[in-house]
Amino acid sequence: MARDDLTAKARAEVVARASYGRLLALLAARTGDIPGAEDALGDAFVQALSTWPASGVPANPEGWLMTVARNRQRDRAKSAAERTSAPLAAEPQVFDEVDPDAIPDKRLELMFVCAHPAIDPGIRTPLMLQTVLGFEAEQIARAFAMPTGTMAQRLVRAKRRIRDARIPFVVPTRADMPERLPAVLEAIYGAYAIDWLLVSGERESLAAESLYLASTLATLLDDEPEAYGLAALIAFSFSRARARTGADGRFVPLEEQDTTRWDATLIARGDDWLRRAARAQRLGRFQLEAAIQAVHAARARTGLTDWWALRTLYTALVELTPTLGARVSLAATIGTLDGPDAGLAALEAIEGAERFQPAWATRAHLLAEAGATREASAAYEKAISLTTESALRAHLTEKATRLSPNG
Amino acid sequence: MRYSLIMHYPEMTEADLGTEAMNEGKAAFDDYAKALNEAGVLLAAEVLQQSASTTTLTARDGALKVQDGPFADTKEQLGGIFLIDVPDLDAALAWAEKCPAAYYGTIEIRPTAVHFEDGAWHGTI
Repeated sequence: MARDDLTAKARAEVVARASYGRLLALLAARTGDIPGAEDALGDAFVQALSTWPASGVPANPEGWLMTVARNRQRDRAKSAAERTSAPLAAEPQVFDEVDPDAIPDKRLELMFVCAHPAIDPGIRTPLMLQTVLGFEAEQIARAFAMPTGTMAQRLVRAKRRIRDARIPFVVPTRADMPERLPAVLEAIYGAYAIDWLLVSGERESLAAESLYLASTLATLLDDEPEAYGLAALIAFSFSRARARTGADGRFVPLEEQDTTRWDATLIARGDDWLRRAARAQRLGRFQLEAAIQAVHAARARTGLTDWWALRTLYTALVELTPTLGARVSLAATIGTLDGPDAGLAALEAIEGAERFQPAWATRAHLLAEAGATREASAAYEKAISLTTESALRAHLTEKATRLSPNG
Repeated sequence: MRYSLIMHYPEMTEADLGTEAMNEGKAAFDDYAKALNEAGVLLAAEVLQQSASTTTLTARDGALKVQDGPFADTKEQLGGIFLIDVPDLDAALAWAEKCPAAYYGTIEIRPTAVHFEDGAWHGTI
C-alpha cells in the first residue's frame, strides 16, 4: 500500500476513534473501572449493530450509545449492589436528546490516568492507544513488535491496577502539572517514536494517531506550551513522511529531501501550534525540538536552512535535555557551520556514544568532508554494521561507495 | 567476528499459545531472519524443538548413560540460535535488540572462539 493511502486511511480512522475515546473516558471516569466501561460500551455497539439497520441510525448516535452503555453499567452495578444489598443512587440521565457537544469530554482525565506514576512507563503508550483510540491489543502489539498475548496481558494488568488501586480520573492541579504532564507527553511521543525503531519499516506507523493524541491534549489543556510543542513537533516530522523514502525505497536524509513532497497543511498546523506555545513564554524540550523542525520546514518557503538558528536551538536543547541524539545533532550543526574538524571535535567530546548509530553516521560524514577518506570509510562501515533498517543501510552504503570511486 | 545469539525462553506449545499467536510468532521470526539475511550477516538460524524431544548422553562416569529430557530442567529452555557474522559486539547487540525472542525471553550474545570450516579450524582460543 502506498504511503499516501495509508495516511489517508489512518486519518479517517482517527476521526472515527474520537467518539470511542470520548465515550469510554466518560464511562470509565464514573466508576474508575476501564474493563467494565469497555464491556458496557462493547455491549452498546453490539446492540447498535443489531437494532440500527432496522430502526435507522439515531439522530445522536453518540448519545444513544452512551445511554445504552450507562444502562448496562447500572444493571451490572445493581446486580452487584443487590448481592451486597447496598442502595444505589438512580441517575436518570438520557443523552439521546442532548447535543453531542454537551457530552463532557473526559479524555484528558483518561490520558492522565494512563500515564499515572503508578502505571509502568512501558505500558502507558499502549494503554492510551487502547483506551483513548480504541485500538485492539493485536494492532498495538504489531506496532510494538510484541506478541499479542504478551501485550494483551500487560494491558489487562494495567487496567486492573487502575481499578483496584483506585487511580482517580482527575486532571492534575496547576501545582502538580509540572510533575505529571511530562509522563503524558512522553507516552504520546512514544507512539510517534516507535515508527523509528523498526527493523524493516514495514510495520504500521502510529504517526497519525500520536498527532491526534497530541493535538487533543494540547487543545483540551489549552494553556500548556509543552503540549502544543509536542503537537507541533509531531506535525512537522509527520509532514516529511513521504519525502523520507526515495523512489528506489532508499532513505533520503533531510537535507536532500524534495520539499515539494512535504505536507504543507501539516507544516502550517505545526507553525500555528508553535506560535500558541510561545505565548506562554515557558520554554521546554518539545518546543525546542519543534522549533528545530520549524527551521527545517522553512526551507520549503525560503529554499535555505538557517544553520545559525539551528545551532542556537540545539545548544539550548542540549542544555535542557542532554540526550545523545541532541548532542550528536549539535555536533553535526557545528560541523556544517564551523567546518568538519570543529564538528568532529564536538562529536569526540560526547560520552557514551560508542554504539550509537547516528554518532557513527555523523562521524563518517564529517570525516568525508574533511577529506579523511580512509577514516571515513571505516566510520561508514561501523555505522552500517549498527544499522538494522534496510532503507537507511542502503543510503549509508551508497555514501560509503561514493567515497572511493576507484575502489 | 561470529556471534551466537542464543535464545532462552519459557517453552510454549501451539495449544498454550493459540494458533494465531503461534503464526504471529513465526511471522516475526521470518521478518527477523530475512532482515539479517538482507544485511548479509546471517550464517545460520536454528529454532529447536521442545526440550521434551531432547535426549541427553554422557559417558562422564565411565559408563554410557542415555537419558530422556534436557541437561538442565529449568523454566526457561534453550530455544534456538541465530549465528551471525558482524564486525563487533556493538553490531551484535544492535541485532540482538531486534530479536523477537527478546520480548519474552533472554538473548545471550556469545562470540565464537574457533569454528571449523572448509576442513580446518579457524580462530584461536
